[in-house]
Amino acid sequence: MSKTSPHALPAEGGLGNEPLLAVDDLHVEFATRAGLVRAVNGVSYSLQAGETLAVLGESGSGKSVTAQAIMGILDMPPARIPKGEVRFNGTDLLRLSEEARTQVRGQRIAMIFQDALSALNPVFTVGWQISEMFRVHRGMGKRDAVKKAVELMDRVRIPGAKQRVNDYPHQFSGGMRQRIMIAMAIALDPEVLIADEPTTALDVTVQAQVMELLAELQRESNMGMILITHDLGVVADVADKIAVMYGGRIVENASVHDIYKAPAHPYTKGLLESIPRVDLKGQDLYAIKGLPPNLLDMPTGCAFHPRCPYRQDNCVTDSPPLYEISGTRNSACHYWREVLDGDQG
Amino acid sequence: MGRYIIRRLIQAIPVLLGATLFIFAIVFALPGDPIEALAGEKRQDPAITAIIREQYHLNDPLLVQYWYYISGILFHGDFGKTFAGVPVTQLMAGKFQVTLNLAFTALVMEAIIGLLLGLWAALRRGRATDTAILASTLLLISVPTLVTGFVLQLWLGVWLKQVTGIEFFPIAGVGQGLQSYLLPGFVLAGTSIAYLTRLTRTSLVETLRSDYIRTATAKGLSRRRVVGRHGLRNALIPMVTYLGADLGVLMGGAIITETIFNLPGIGLQLYQGVYLREQPIVVGIVTILVLVYIVANLIVDMLYAVLDPRIRYE
Ligand SMILES: Nc1ncnc2c1ncn2[C@@H]1O[C@H](COP(=O)(O)OP(=O)(O)OP(=O)(O)O)[C@@H](O)[C@H]1O
Ligand code: SF4
Ligand SMILES: [Mg+2]
Repeated sequence: MSKTSPHALPAEGGLGNEPLLAVDDLHVEFATRAGLVRAVNGVSYSLQAGETLAVLGESGSGKSVTAQAIMGILDMPPARIPKGEVRFNGTDLLRLSEEARTQVRGQRIAMIFQDALSALNPVFTVGWQISEMFRVHRGMGKRDAVKKAVELMDRVRIPGAKQRVNDYPHQFSGGMRQRIMIAMAIALDPEVLIADEPTTALDVTVQAQVMELLAELQRESNMGMILITHDLGVVADVADKIAVMYGGRIVENASVHDIYKAPAHPYTKGLLESIPRVDLKGQDLYAIKGLPPNLLDMPTGCAFHPRCPYRQDNCVTDSPPLYEISGTRNSACHYWREVLDGDQG
Repeated sequence: MGRYIIRRLIQAIPVLLGATLFIFAIVFALPGDPIEALAGEKRQDPAITAIIREQYHLNDPLLVQYWYYISGILFHGDFGKTFAGVPVTQLMAGKFQVTLNLAFTALVMEAIIGLLLGLWAALRRGRATDTAILASTLLLISVPTLVTGFVLQLWLGVWLKQVTGIEFFPIAGVGQGLQSYLLPGFVLAGTSIAYLTRLTRTSLVETLRSDYIRTATAKGLSRRRVVGRHGLRNALIPMVTYLGADLGVLMGGAIITETIFNLPGIGLQLYQGVYLREQPIVVGIVTILVLVYIVANLIVDMLYAVLDPRIRYE
C-alpha cells in the first residue's frame, strides 16, 4: 500500500481487506511526578463497519486511554504515544496534521462518555449543543441546525423534543441526558462510534433502554461501534467480538461466541466466572484474587502472573506474545491450550 | 425573580441602617469639637456656638441625633447640611460623578487587562509566561496603592512629560476628560487587576480540565472554539461575580487615589469631611457607598442567574 501524505483524509469506505478501524501495537504513556505511567502497552484491535467490539477489563486497564488515543483527545503532554498506529480506512490517524485530525474527530469517529451530566456543557441549551455540530461542520444557519437537532432528539426518542430543545442539560433525567449525548455523537453519521461505559452512571432500569437504543442506531446506520463496558451481561447481547484488556495490554481477542464457550486466557476466565449466575445461587462468586498491576512497576514476565491460577515458572520471566489461536482469535497466555481445555494447572 | 429582588431590597434595609449608625457613632466618638474646628484659630462667640449646636442637634444623645438624620434621608431625601449651610446632596452631586468615572475607568481596565493576562497565563500554564504573569501579580498585590500611585505619577506623569514634551498622563485634576482618569484609574485598579488575573487563570485552568471541554474537543471543534466558546463562557461566571463585587471596593478605594491625584471626587471629600468632623458629609458619603455595595451585589446575583442557568432565584 502506498504511503499516505499527512494531509490526506482517509478515503470513504474500506480499502480491500483493511478494516474500518485498526489499532496496531499502540503504546501510550503519561509523564507524572511519580514516574512514567505506561497506561497502554501494545494494544491491537480492529473493527469492521456494522460490527460491535466490546472492550472489557478492570478499572485502570487502559480501556479509556486507548479510546482517547483513537479520538486524539489525550492531553499531550502529559500523554505521549511513543509507538503504534491507529488506522482509519487505511490512514494512520496518528500521522495526520492537527487540522486533518479535526476533520475526522466528531464527524467520522464520534465518542460518548460515561457521565452525561458532566460531559455536557452546563451553560448551553441541549439544542445549542447538538446544533453546534451542524453549524460548525456543515455551515448551517441557526434555524436549520436547530431543526436538525430536534430531529435527532426525536430519533433518540426524547419525548416532546420540540418543547425541550431549549432546555439545559440539568433539566433532564440521567437517561435522557445520555440520549442527548448520543444524539450529538451520531449527528453527522459517523462511521465509528466509541461508547465509553455509556450506561454505568444510569439507573439499572434505564441502562437496558439506552443500550437498546445504541444497538438499534448502529444497525440502522451500519456504524462500527466500540463499546467499553464492565457489564458482561450486556456484552453477550450486543457485541460481535470482545477484546479483553489487562495492565494496558490485550490479553484476549475473540468472537463473543468463542469467548463465552471457552475462554483462552485465565483472566478472561476469571471475569466470566465472576458474573452472577442464577444456577449458582448461594455459592461464592469467583472473584479474581489480588490487585490490578501497578503501572509504574509492572510485574516481570506475564503481568497477570501474581494472580494467575495457571502460572508456571517461565511465566515470571517470559512475557507471553499474543498467540494466534485462529484467524479471529488471540490469547496472551503461554498456556492457552490448558486454559481452553479447562484443566487447572 | 421580581419577588427575589424585593426580598433582597428589604433585607438591605437593616444593613443600611446598621452601617450608617456605626459610622455615625464613630464620627460622634472622634475627639475635638466640630464647631470649634469650624472657627479655626479664631475665638468664636459662645452664643453663636450654642445656636449652631442647637441647630445641628449636637447636644442630643447619639441615638436621637441619628434618628433626626436618618428620618431626614428616608422621608425627605435630605442628607443634611454641612456646618457651612450647604446641602450635602448639592455638595456631592458633581463629586459623585468624578468618583463614578474613576471607578468605571478602573473597572474597565481591570476587566480587560485581568481577562487577557489570565487567559494568556492559563493557556501557557506551567511555562515561563505563566510564571512571569503570576510573579508580577504577586508584586502588584504586595505593593501598597500609595506607592504605585506616587511612583507612576512620577514616572508616567512627570518624567515622561519631561522627556517627550507631551503630556500623556495629567498628574492632577480632571481637566482633560478621559485622559485625566487613565493613570489614576490604573493605580486604583492595580491590586484588583492582579486578583482578577489570578482568578481568571485559575478558573480557566479548572474549566479546561472538565469533562465538557473534552466533549467539545471530541466534537471536532477547533481549539479556538473550545477555549473561546465552551471554556471562557463557563470561566466567565466567577469573573463577573468578582467584577461586580469589586465596583464597591473600587469606589471605596478611590479615597487614596483621589488624594494622590487631587481628583475632586467623593473620596477626597470624605477625607476632608473626616478631617473637619463634618458628620453629615461623612455619614452621607458612607451611606451612598453602602448603597452602591448593596446594589452592586444585587446586580451580581442577578447576572449570576443569567450566566449560569442552573441557578434560579425564587
Ligand atoms: N492524565 C493522566 N495522567 C496520568 N495517568 C493517567 C492519566 N489518564 C489515565 N491515566 C492512567 O492510565 C491508566 C489507565 O486508565 P484508563 O482510564 O484507560 O482506565 P480504564 O480501563 O478506562 O478504567 P475504568 O474502568 O476505571 O474507566 C490508569 O492507571 C490511569 O491512572
Ligand atoms: S502466561 Fe502464565 S501467568 Fe500469564 S496468564 Fe498465562 S499461565 Fe497465567
Ligand atoms: Mg475508563
